[in-house]
Amino acid sequence: MLIRRPADIAPSEITPRELYRARRDFMARSGRLALAGAAGLALPWTSADAAVLANVQPNRMALSDKPTRQKDVTSYNNYYEFGVDKDEPAKNAGTLKTRPWTVTIDGLCNKPRRYAIEDLLKFAPLEERLYRMRCVEGWSMVIPWVGFPLSALLRAVEPQGSAKFVEFTTLLDEKTMPGVKYPILDWPYTEGLRMDEALHPLTILAVGLYGEELLPQNGAPIRLVVPWKYGFKNAKSIVHIRLTEKMPGTAWNKAAANEYGFYSNVNPNVDHPRWSQETERRIGELTKRKTLLFNGYDEVAGLYAGMDLKKNF
Amino acid sequence: MQAPAWLKTPSSHGIAWIKLSLFLLCLIPLIHLGWGFFNDGLGANPVEAITRGTGDWALRLLLVSLAVTPLRKLSGLNWLVRTRRMLGLYAFFYALLHFITYLWLDQFFDWGSIAKDILKRPFITAGFAAFVLLVPLAATSFNAAIRALGGQRWQALHRSAYAIAIIGVLHYWWLVKRDITQPLIYALILALLLGVRAAWRERERRRQLQGGIPGRPLKKRVIPIQPG
Repeated sequence: MLIRRPADIAPSEITPRELYRARRDFMARSGRLALAGAAGLALPWTSADAAVLANVQPNRMALSDKPTRQKDVTSYNNYYEFGVDKDEPAKNAGTLKTRPWTVTIDGLCNKPRRYAIEDLLKFAPLEERLYRMRCVEGWSMVIPWVGFPLSALLRAVEPQGSAKFVEFTTLLDEKTMPGVKYPILDWPYTEGLRMDEALHPLTILAVGLYGEELLPQNGAPIRLVVPWKYGFKNAKSIVHIRLTEKMPGTAWNKAAANEYGFYSNVNPNVDHPRWSQETERRIGELTKRKTLLFNGYDEVAGLYAGMDLKKNF
Repeated sequence: MQAPAWLKTPSSHGIAWIKLSLFLLCLIPLIHLGWGFFNDGLGANPVEAITRGTGDWALRLLLVSLAVTPLRKLSGLNWLVRTRRMLGLYAFFYALLHFITYLWLDQFFDWGSIAKDILKRPFITAGFAAFVLLVPLAATSFNAAIRALGGQRWQALHRSAYAIAIIGVLHYWWLVKRDITQPLIYALILALLLGVRAAWRERERRRQLQGGIPGRPLKKRVIPIQPG
């Protein structure tokens, strides 16, 4: 196990992203070729679904945090549709069919539309974004996502003036999702953002990580990433985006309103009723670190000017 | 059904082997966690895996130790009671590891934060209470302590294991985020183990009420809580 204090890592020690991506691409490609060639096997990660993404623009966000191992990012997941334990999504989500896939965008907009995933992959230039991800349970990761700003898609459908919120709905498929048999959450999983949060340049729709298409356990083929909010806000495997006037219901808020608010901004000063949010364990590190307001993304503070963040948690 | 003699009354040599096997068996979770910790075998969040593993086994072994008496009565294998102390001590051992994991790897001995946690968070309060209540049981688990306390008082003290198990299950119940399947399984097993005791006690009480011992007032004839 790698146990390392982040302060000890000089920026010069961090492998340039182009370099590690190139290494990973090479290893992934040759690994896949060898596997596929030798055994003729169609393993989940050798299928076309986990292809290396081409023409990804390098990361524009300067972040000195060390990326979490790809192995950990793809094996330690909360995706209750595939089981409530962290290792279950990686085991069970292979059944998820990500082709064909469409995402419907409708509600209060002038140009509602249904997009095929192939169109979304080409919709805007794909960028790599190395983001911190803080789970409400007290752990965090640093993930090199690949995606494009949600704002690009929203602008394309021309929101009406009355559109104040955006609702995201995850696929609900009883045939491939063993977890939805149980009434743990009000399926399908839904999430929501205020329009200004949705339009913020940090908010992206991710289609890949570590330069490859998303694996099912990470929310393939397309998912939301809002890095200053707790991880559960990032709806996975999205099939529907709806623009609304009223604040939409969200899965965890409906399940326990006193524990999970609509905003769910990362905030060390607002405890979860059952645990403190002051610290977090970065996956791959043994000691804990202080949690930062808005997960360290201070540029979003303006969105909440004048709001009581303790009340609007 | 009659158990064969070698099973019903094993030799002292046989008991020694049973105890040694049980001792090694109960070490397996610890070996698994220890090996995994140093070999990247506990997944992405090893501290969580250790916290959960030690907590799971503390609760499981507590329930197993509470299953000894019902199993003994149902099977007629009286030697089973001779494994109970080790099972109880192992439950305490894993609870201690669980507690140390919390103090060290979760809180890094930040006593202020720990105190706040215990006071503010019901699931931590319950877990801490269960651990504290286990300490006197572990501390009086050797023969000299039983003699010093006297059998009756020792048994009265060790009956707190029932309450500790209930608090332990509550600790688990209150900490899960949403899916209560796992704590529910523990709760049902515990309800069975405690329910069968209550049923036996009630049956014994009725038998004594009906049978009666001449020349003694009724209330004195009714047994108090039967130890075991």
